[in-house]
Amino acid sequence: MKPIYMDNNATTCVDPRVVETMLPFLTEQFGNPSSMHRFGDQVGRALKRAREQVQSLLGAEHASEVIFTSCGTESDSTAILSAVRAQPQRREIITTEVEHPAVLNVCEQLEKEGYTIHRLGVDGQGRLDLAHYREVLSDQVAVASIMWANNETGTLFPVESMAEMARAKGVMFHTDAVQAVGKLPIDLKYTCIDMLSLSGHKLHAPKGVGVLYVRRGLRFRPLLRGGHQERGRRAGTENVPGIIALGRAAELALTHMDDERRRVRVLRDRLETGLLEQIPHAFVTGDVDNRLPNTLNIAFEYIEGESILLMLNQQGIAASSGSACTSGSLEPSHVMRAMGIPYTAAHGSVRFSLSRFNTQEEVDRVIQVMPDIVARLRKLSPYWGEDGPVEDPEQAFAPAYA
Amino acid sequence: MWDYSEKVKEHFFNPRNVGVVRDANATGEVGSISCGDALRLTLKVDPESGVIQEAGFQTFGCGSAVASSSVLTEMIIGLTLDEAERINNDDIANALGGLPPEKMHCSVMGHEALQAAIANYRGEVWKDDHEEGALICKCFAIDAVKIEQTIRDHGLRTVQDVTGYTKAGGGCSTCHEGIEELLTRVLSEKGEAFDPENHATEASASAKSAGLPPMNIRAMAMGE
Repeated sequence: MKPIYMDNNATTCVDPRVVETMLPFLTEQFGNPSSMHRFGDQVGRALKRAREQVQSLLGAEHASEVIFTSCGTESDSTAILSAVRAQPQRREIITTEVEHPAVLNVCEQLEKEGYTIHRLGVDGQGRLDLAHYREVLSDQVAVASIMWANNETGTLFPVESMAEMARAKGVMFHTDAVQAVGKLPIDLKYTCIDMLSLSGHKLHAPKGVGVLYVRRGLRFRPLLRGGHQERGRRAGTENVPGIIALGRAAELALTHMDDERRRVRVLRDRLETGLLEQIPHAFVTGDVDNRLPNTLNIAFEYIEGESILLMLNQQGIAASSGSACTSGSLEPSHVMRAMGIPYTAAHGSVRFSLSRFNTQEEVDRVIQVMPDIVARLRKLSPYWGEDGPVEDPEQAFAPAYA
Repeated sequence: MWDYSEKVKEHFFNPRNVGVVRDANATGEVGSISCGDALRLTLKVDPESGVIQEAGFQTFGCGSAVASSSVLTEMIIGLTLDEAERINNDDIANALGGLPPEKMHCSVMGHEALQAAIANYRGEVWKDDHEEGALICKCFAIDAVKIEQTIRDHGLRTVQDVTGYTKAGGGCSTCHEGIEELLTRVLSEKGEAFDPENHATEASASAKSAGLPPMNIRAMAMGE
């Protein structure tokens, strides 16, 4: 049976049209864009076009606001460290408890170096505490780094209005938009967002290429110094095939934006309804009314996520989980914990993330196999009785802590 | 994706002895819901011979937790309690054809459930002497709690010391930053600073010059 891929927030397949566009740049078009001869010249033109394609997807005012990097993580690091270095007198940073590790771990390191980190909390639906945000915005803050969409639940944050609030206080605003770009219309020139990170492989380009958008005129300090590439803002010979691919992928993302927001959303909703109708003691996590159109995160209570994934994998279905076991850590996902999801549910959270390549047949197949998987695992669970959870599960089974 | 052995997968997809044993006379419940694993082991022990006649498990956990529980029940049925008591977590992991370092705690949980069940049968209360921390050294599966405790117990000051006493950091060496952070934290409790220029403490240095392997260094330092 053909495998079913529903882990698109982790990475996406490269669109065949993207592969076609990039291939010549791995073969005959191998030149270095900096070179003076014709080999380089053609490549230089292709890079220019790719930059404009990304500019269109982001609605950036100028193509030169697009800096190509190696990945979303590099973009996040560059943005935060640039803000810090450009304004050494500002010793505070605002972020959220539910950011990607690419932001959280940079902040944690800066905290060790003496910075004060304000981590905004979320409520049970994953919505940000904006009162706290308002409180901590000040002229001591070097940057506010807030994700556009959460990778685990798909919950959207009001980054446009938060950027306005930051601007009013003279604070730089960065958003990790790795999950949002390509799935939502974005028009940066009409926002107060100063910096934005995106990643190629989340929108059907290959791995190894990303972008940091930096608004014209924003004070900037490069992470990598060296050659004059990217106008000196990111030294290092360009990943030409990757950049060309990302340009094409950006163009295609614009073309498919409506499909993503309509058809993919319908598929996601069908999956959600189908699973919830058939499986008791399961609930959707995150802000159900305000999330990415492709993402569904469901907590299946009293069972553990890695076990669910192994059984799905046996059926040829790929998804991911917020359980501790899938990452080898001792705690379930920091996003689930921040929302206060009980441990017995957080460990059983499963994320299905769709793309324009998914079909209704695939969704129906997942709806068909999932109830049996959950039932099999609940049969093993000490929290589950004959036909439902044991009475007062956390009391009935309270193992000695090991 | 974890590199699970065929044996682990086989036990996960076809677990043996699932459920609670009818008329069980021994129960062990261990685990930690915060790290996503919990296990209830029930046994039916013949009071005359002390032989485990039946064993059953219920597990909330990942693939290797289910597999560890399942293989454990197979290993102990037919053994006397005294024989079963000698099974340790490495025996469980070996019976599964090995476990990834991040998953060794699943075999530890199986071992502890067995200990707890045996204690329960004998009317004793099982005490856990093992607290689990974040995994630091992936080569030798050594966690933060173990490293911090060893630093405290032996007044260690350098990464080399830690490697000498626990093996942590003795393989690929990529966890040395993590070990330095633990040293920094524990030394600061005593108002001292971690100095990367420091030389290894005498015990570990002299053991090293005597050419002893790390585990012996540890035995020596502990006066064993």
